Amino acid sequence: MEPCLEIRSLSAVLPNGQRVLRSVSLTVQPGEVRALVGESGAGKTMIGKAVLGVLPKSVRIVEGEMLIEGESLGRLDAKARRTLIGARTALIPQDPLTALNPSRRIGPQTTDRLVRILGWSGEKADERIRQLLQEVQIREPERVLKCYPHELSGGMRQRVLIAAAFAAEPRLIVADEPTTALDVTVQKQILRLIAQLQRNHGTALLFVTHDLGVVAKISQKVSVLYAGKVVEEAATPDLFASPQHPYTRALIAATPRYTDPYASLMPVNETVLAGLADEVAGADRAWRPSHG
Amino acid sequence: MDEARILRRGLSPRLWLAGGWLLLALLAAIFAPLIAPQDPLAQDLMLERLPPFWLDGAEPGYWLGTDSLGRDLLSRLIFGGRIAFIVAFAAAASACLIGSALGLIAGYFGGWADRVISRIVDVWMAFPPVLFAILLVAVLGTGLSSVIIAIAVIDWTRFCRVIRAEAMSQARMDYVESARIAGYGRIGIMLREVLPNVLPSVVALLSLEMGIAVIVEAILSFVNLSISTDDPTWGGIIAEGRLSIHQAWWVLVFPLITLIFTVLSFSQFGEGLKARFDPVLR
Amino acid sequence: MAEPLFSVRGLKVALPDMTRKPLIGRAPLAEILKGLDFDLPKGSVTGIVGESGSGKSTLGRALVRLIEPSAGSISFEGRDIGHLSEAELRPLRRDLQMIFQDPMSSLNPRHTIFSIIAAPLRQNGLGDRLKERVAEALQRVGLPQSFAGRYRHELSGGQRQRVGIARALALSPKFVLADEIVSGLDVSTQAQILTLLEKLAAEMGLTVAFISHDLSVIRRLCRQVIVMREGGIVEASATDALFDNPKETYTRDLLAAIPLPEIDADWLQPPAKAPA
Repeated sequence: MEPCLEIRSLSAVLPNGQRVLRSVSLTVQPGEVRALVGESGAGKTMIGKAVLGVLPKSVRIVEGEMLIEGESLGRLDAKARRTLIGARTALIPQDPLTALNPSRRIGPQTTDRLVRILGWSGEKADERIRQLLQEVQIREPERVLKCYPHELSGGMRQRVLIAAAFAAEPRLIVADEPTTALDVTVQKQILRLIAQLQRNHGTALLFVTHDLGVVAKISQKVSVLYAGKVVEEAATPDLFASPQHPYTRALIAATPRYTDPYASLMPVNETVLAGLADEVAGADRAWRPSHG
Repeated sequence: MDEARILRRGLSPRLWLAGGWLLLALLAAIFAPLIAPQDPLAQDLMLERLPPFWLDGAEPGYWLGTDSLGRDLLSRLIFGGRIAFIVAFAAAASACLIGSALGLIAGYFGGWADRVISRIVDVWMAFPPVLFAILLVAVLGTGLSSVIIAIAVIDWTRFCRVIRAEAMSQARMDYVESARIAGYGRIGIMLREVLPNVLPSVVALLSLEMGIAVIVEAILSFVNLSISTDDPTWGGIIAEGRLSIHQAWWVLVFPLITLIFTVLSFSQFGEGLKARFDPVLR
Repeated sequence: MAEPLFSVRGLKVALPDMTRKPLIGRAPLAEILKGLDFDLPKGSVTGIVGESGSGKSTLGRALVRLIEPSAGSISFEGRDIGHLSEAELRPLRRDLQMIFQDPMSSLNPRHTIFSIIAAPLRQNGLGDRLKERVAEALQRVGLPQSFAGRYRHELSGGQRQRVGIARALALSPKFVLADEIVSGLDVSTQAQILTLLEKLAAEMGLTVAFISHDLSVIRRLCRQVIVMREGGIVEASATDALFDNPKETYTRDLLAAIPLPEIDADWLQPPAKAPA
């Protein structure tokens, strides 16, 4: 089967020449959830942005290819690329408050995309959003559509954004730390909703997170990132059963577990960090000559 | 962070250009008696309306030509710079001192202090500034000190508003609470934690205000409300130049260029300084 | 149980509710804490856990008297400090210190690390031998001496939080409030900061109130736990008892909502309907 998203050795640099993505390769099969896990500065959000074509101007892609359902984004002109990305992908953002325009009502904000990019009629878009709001278990969709973002709770706002993301039936959704700003009990509900909608709609999901706990619960595949490099890739159960890379082992050991307080919260070992630094430097040495 | 650093390096040329012009103009003003080729007040009707040096009929020693009374334009501009800089420094410094202090108090303390100060600022800003200045000078009488007082009295609100807003956002920072935990009193916190963080804005505004002061002084001279008419001022020269624009355009054009360069330099210098001051911010 | 350092009775805090502020006039008061009773035993770490809006941060700020309670008493070493004035509090500041959530915002960008750590020392009559004392504070949190001359933007997140700890502990206080001190940090850094705090608290015999939304972290660090919700205490007990045998449904829900880093296929299944 053709992968829904394929990234082949993607590298990106900052204006000062520093590499922020280091030959990243990964695939997301249709209907699959792939987690991208890493700490701050690992480049996980950057990959999500690259897929959606919204990298900051200062970040330049110098190598690699991205294919959405077999179509290479690099070969398309800017307009065709936007249309392809707009029609096949969607984003569930991290901060539901800043992702919504505070001065517009929920209704027009969420239908905008359907009307503008997919060329739907206003009624059809309204109908669709209403249906999705019911799917994310919002009890009074009519009332919510007329609300301004600040009138909703954090959990409600995130539900609205999930509904909006699924509304256009994208093939791939990038979820960028969608539950980081939420309380644990709300997080659980939201994760449950995302998983449920993802299954029902058969959407592939690229799930960016820093939390190995969330990775364990929601994903089937996982890529562990460090300094813009994929250090380990595995099926999620395998990753937790037998982590291969020392960094993965260290991350799992550092993640707190109330069930086992003294075997968790282990500070990451200096030798692991030194090994990582060597690995990254080695990869850069091997990479530089061919790209000057 | 890296991006910001590159941006900052890009700002440097404007800092140098603006600073260079200001330094040049300032030195010329300070050493005016040594530098000026002629006596700025000496009239010589034989030399009236000499053109600048590259045109036919120019006289050596009168580089930018003369006005309708035969006075050397370059010398008058140099001496006019003295008044411009005195007004710029004195007026901007006074406005800055009053405005920043009140703004800091209003923004950090909030409550009734903020309400009173903000209300005064609102009322103050309802007056049209130039008319207010003319009115003030008319009441205080013409002269250098009245011009300075008028500018300070009108423009302190500019400092007050900006510094108040900045102090308010600073007051919400955790390091302010942290200073309370450390045992600092309110005034100690204001001076130690808040003030250093609003200083870059104060510096930028101060420089901008100097430019504004130069313009206001020029406007007051233009309407003959500044200092005694004998001393050359940029606004005064512009007013005279306007009368003879068809016979001697240079009498209008050179002071205008000088004024524009100076005012622009002040504002650019301030912005450049602020950007340079800021490396410790995010 | 050890003698309490803090003894809180009927604590209520009401703060202006800016969301309901009318166009003209004062904002109405909203009761954030609705009458709390608890003790903080001397020399141990107490966890205060709750979700956003539970009032846990407000409670912390009332303990170190950044805010004044509207009713009830906060007795610290037997003395009610709930309504002392700012001036009366000053001698007590030395013993009531705080580590902040966001190490970025809690360090003034214009001051060097030296000046930041020295500030509480200077204000509390320990201005002599400043260099020595700051050096000692840096060493205690495992930062090199060369950091004294740096500014906050030259430090990583974990290093900034170490500075925050150094500043709070420089005075050898009796009580430290730690307000979500690891929630902005990466897991690997988080583990370092927590083990550091754990070690220092034990060494210095500190009484710590550790505010967190993360029960996993609380279990490791704290001897007893207070679970809060909507301005009230849901459950308060010794840590092991709380985790092994939570009495309240809310506590059980909180525990069940934590995604542990282990495979559990049922976790995301919708909750089973309770039998009618």
